[in-house]
Amino acid sequence: MRWLLLKDLQILRRSPLIVALLVVYPVALGVLIGFALSGDDGKERVAFLNQVPADEELELGGGEEGRLDKGIAREELCSRVECVDVDSREEAEQKVEDGDVIAALILPPDLIDRIESLASLNPEQPTVEVLVNEDDPIKADLVDDRISALVTEANLILSQRISEQAATYLDLLIEGGHFSIPVLGELDILGLERAGKILETVADALPENSPAVPGLERVIRFADLARENLDFALPLLGAVAEPIAVDKVVVKAESSELDTFAIAVAAAITLMFVTVLLVAGSLALEREENAFGRITRGAVGKTGLLAEKVLLGVVASLFVTLLLLAALTPLVSIDWGRAPLIVAAILAGGAGFAAFGAALGAAAREVRASSLLAFMLSLPIAFLSLVPTGTVSAGVYDAIEVVRSLFPFEAALDALEGSLDEAGPDLLGALARLAALVAAYGVLARLALRRFT
Amino acid sequence: MAATSEPQEPAGTAAIAVRDLRKEFDGRQALRGVSFEAAPGELLAVIGPNGAGKTTLLTILAGIRRADGGSVSVPGNVGWVPQQAALYRRLTVEENLRLFARLEGVDDVDAAVDRMLEQTGLRERASDQVASLSGGNQQRVNIAIGLLSSPAVLLLDEPSTGLDPRQRERLWEFVLELAGGGTTVIYSTHHLAEAERYGDRLLVLADGERVFDGTSDDLHAAVSGPERDFEAAFVAFLRERGH
Repeated sequence: MRWLLLKDLQILRRSPLIVALLVVYPVALGVLIGFALSGDDGKERVAFLNQVPADEELELGGGEEGRLDKGIAREELCSRVECVDVDSREEAEQKVEDGDVIAALILPPDLIDRIESLASLNPEQPTVEVLVNEDDPIKADLVDDRISALVTEANLILSQRISEQAATYLDLLIEGGHFSIPVLGELDILGLERAGKILETVADALPENSPAVPGLERVIRFADLARENLDFALPLLGAVAEPIAVDKVVVKAESSELDTFAIAVAAAITLMFVTVLLVAGSLALEREENAFGRITRGAVGKTGLLAEKVLLGVVASLFVTLLLLAALTPLVSIDWGRAPLIVAAILAGGAGFAAFGAALGAAAREVRASSLLAFMLSLPIAFLSLVPTGTVSAGVYDAIEVVRSLFPFEAALDALEGSLDEAGPDLLGALARLAALVAAYGVLARLALRRFT
Repeated sequence: MAATSEPQEPAGTAAIAVRDLRKEFDGRQALRGVSFEAAPGELLAVIGPNGAGKTTLLTILAGIRRADGGSVSVPGNVGWVPQQAALYRRLTVEENLRLFARLEGVDDVDAAVDRMLEQTGLRERASDQVASLSGGNQQRVNIAIGLLSSPAVLLLDEPSTGLDPRQRERLWEFVLELAGGGTTVIYSTHHLAEAERYGDRLLVLADGERVFDGTSDDLHAAVSGPERDFEAAFVAFLRERGH
């Protein structure tokens, strides 16, 4: 068998195009995915034009507590999206039109005045302007979602500040204290609590039969009631500032980081195409070269030939997948401390795809037909294996589950993900599924070879 | 008789003995109890119309197909040369020879490869990829592979197909040399002239049945009517027997 393997490797070595593809494909895929995962932080680019005068401060209510730092506000915004500062509305429009940014956010000059008016008796609704270029439906959806999220967030921050300010006023009203008003200067507010105590002192000082006592007691009760009820109003204001609190509960945590999943998908797709095409084509080539009869009449036999092709697939898949991971390493974090598990997953996945490829090659019997069959089956299976739960109806998902369990892609993906990240799927379970698939496709390939001569 | 095509010791001095060989494909009988023997150094030509069962017979003798019934007895190795060159075109002549010598389990691979390069006259082309060789030279490598294990019986399926007259001539010189050295050669052919000229004996198959086993003179004699050339005699022979 080793001589057959050596022969296949010699033939591969003399096919510069295939060797180039075997080397270039994983490296190019690795670099592309690596850049996609590392270079881009996943934020959408939004042009940002701030027309608010630089010296204007945002104050909600009086004093330092009511002051909102514009720098922090911008920082908050730009942590959600990548802000591209522009100097004019025209520049913003151009960037949106050219597709440099998904949208432009324009803060008008009167924005601060209008926001501050929210805490006054004559509120005016503040408005920001958003320029968008909805040249395709996916982008339009993305822009709508992103803007809606940003506006909701900004509103939440403002309403929190306004309610905090209102709570400060209420505290002042209840407990008393100092309050600064422009022009009038600093005022000393008595507060309901202190007013009640003063009234109680006055009431105690009055003769019992004084006609002012009943009236004074009514005023004291009113002050007590007002203070107690305004105390209840404070948590109510907090509830208005944050109407819905989100308590996130994770019910299923068998999932790795997005980066790890992307690496596993890239590795599984590379494994699949390289191994399935190579093994299916190589087996069909034995027949096209008329060598099948000559090889299998001797000591090698049909089962030996199949084993050699699977071994060829495993060797090629190990080489190509390690090359892919090596190309990814400088760009994304791969835990090479788990190398033995990664190699085990690649070997098992490679064997699964190789057995699948052998069955295709034996069934198709011609190189072109086997390549076509490999593409036509592999692509939809890979696609089905990536369909997440909840995106289709339960019945359809169950059917998809059955179909994808019959092919090695899902098990190989789980094995790779589990080998790359401890938080990933169960590695041993995936390896066991792959072993069962290797046996099943091995038997199918052997049966198909009976009509190969 | 055992329903097997596994090699067994033939009775007497025959290099190969075939008894009652039967094979069926999807209800169609490809071989109907074919029997014959061949002596060491004998050249046996298997002829017959298309679909007669010639290739089926040879592939069973080579161990590529299993017979449904009957037996094949061979004392030594059987060399197999398929109709189309069974070679790896991306490998060199020497690499092909070396690979198949290893797969055939030849004891001294280097000596066998060296002998075949000498015998086929391809030593100067040993490092050339097979794809770069002419059809005639590819066929020589194809035959050389069949001879790597020094077989007692060499099976050639349509060996001269696709060769020009000069290449055919050289091929038959080579085959005659082998037979002269004691190798039994069984070959199928559509070139009746090659069967008449090189075959010590003819085995005629028609519809999976052996309808004649003898020399070309015997076949001429078996046909009634005026004297005619071998091809005409062969066609008349088949027609008289309803094929």
